[in-house]
Amino acid sequence: MCLGIPGKVLSILEEDALSRPAKVNFGGVTKEISLAFVPEAQCGDYVIVHAGFALSVLNEEEARETLKYLQQMGEVNGGCSE
Amino acid sequence: MKYVDEYRDAQVVHRLARDLAHACTRSWKIMEVCGGQTHAIVKFGIAELLPAGIELIHGPGCPVCVTPLAMIDKAIIIAARPGVIFCSFGDMLRVPGSAGDLLTVKANGGDVRMVYSPRDAVNIAQANPDREVVFFAVGFETTAPANAMAVYQASQQGLRNFSLLVAQVLVPPALKALLASPERRVQGILAAGHVCTVMGYHEYESLARDYCVPIVVTGFEPVDIMQGICLCIRQLEEGRTEVENQYARSVRREGNLPAQRLISEVFTVTTQQWRGLGEIPSSGLRLRETYKAYDAEERFALGAYQAAESSDCRSGLVLQGALRPSECPCFGNCCTPEKPLGAPMVSSEGACAAYYLYRRR
Repeated sequence: MCLGIPGKVLSILEEDALSRPAKVNFGGVTKEISLAFVPEAQCGDYVIVHAGFALSVLNEEEARETLKYLQQMGEVNGGCSE
Repeated sequence: MKYVDEYRDAQVVHRLARDLAHACTRSWKIMEVCGGQTHAIVKFGIAELLPAGIELIHGPGCPVCVTPLAMIDKAIIIAARPGVIFCSFGDMLRVPGSAGDLLTVKANGGDVRMVYSPRDAVNIAQANPDREVVFFAVGFETTAPANAMAVYQASQQGLRNFSLLVAQVLVPPALKALLASPERRVQGILAAGHVCTVMGYHEYESLARDYCVPIVVTGFEPVDIMQGICLCIRQLEEGRTEVENQYARSVRREGNLPAQRLISEVFTVTTQQWRGLGEIPSSGLRLRETYKAYDAEERFALGAYQAAESSDCRSGLVLQGALRPSECPCFGNCCTPEKPLGAPMVSSEGACAAYYLYRRR
């Protein structure tokens, strides 16, 4: 139940504030998801979805920062690879 | 898949493990709260990559597992009534009640339906005006927005044949109870990233301060979990006890405000019984007076029903982190996912099921 998964917003079907239905793609599987709790979500955004409702829009900048930090850490440690 | 594959990079996980081995000078016990994280830890073999001395203790964050037996029985009683369509997430269907489970009711002719979202249950209620449609509203803060929306929409549409059987629990009060316990064993906490996506993490700041425990809000992929452990151990080694946010791509300090507003419109905080942990003040949600008409316990007059827990299943100890699933004498013998004694062997977030599926020891 807490296993929310990220999906990409393909199209917003209706702008009704209470439902805001959208087509969301989860690695090839498309489902209708409500964007009612993420009024800021736009087409092309990635959202975390639980029980049919998107609960957050993934922050691309934060994601990039984390990955950059992990990359740099590898370089500091000698950049060894498995 | 974007936002998944890059967080399953084995090289990064190994790099973090080496970093951790350098940083760690003594033994530490860390609890991952969420059952989804427990499954990822066991599935991806993360515990095997940790330096000797770091022990992960599995927390009570499996909503199916902490739902009291009496509530499972109530679901079974309601589902067996003629004229009822009982809707539930798939996880709940095989949880054993005092006699049988929801699938037994279905096998005996009951109309029990597995749905993906409470919205589906609202649609079923609209399409079947002559039937009573009940949704089993189980879960932590992650399912509360969806369940609140289902009730809100039903009330806006004037639907009279829809109700919720509410077993909604809240993480911070349970965490507080675990940290305040005289038998407390954990020194650091990985908080559940999706619960914090909804509620934010400001509530954890006082917990970290009052109970001198570092709390790292953590995601669900192997890189997330390994980084969460690294951040937590670094705090412990440096003597800091702060809240850190590893899962910043999804979690903001204030959480999702529209979702929180709807939760408090529909629900109010109440004392809740947790299976294995007992009664915890302010750790659950119930429908507000305005929405009482949508309470299945009222509608089917089951408020006073009680049930005694079985003594065979030791899931209470597993849920408190006091017993590893594989240490239970029933594990893999008289208790398997096909024939479970208790909920942790059933749920996709249950620790016993994770051990059974991925490690067996």
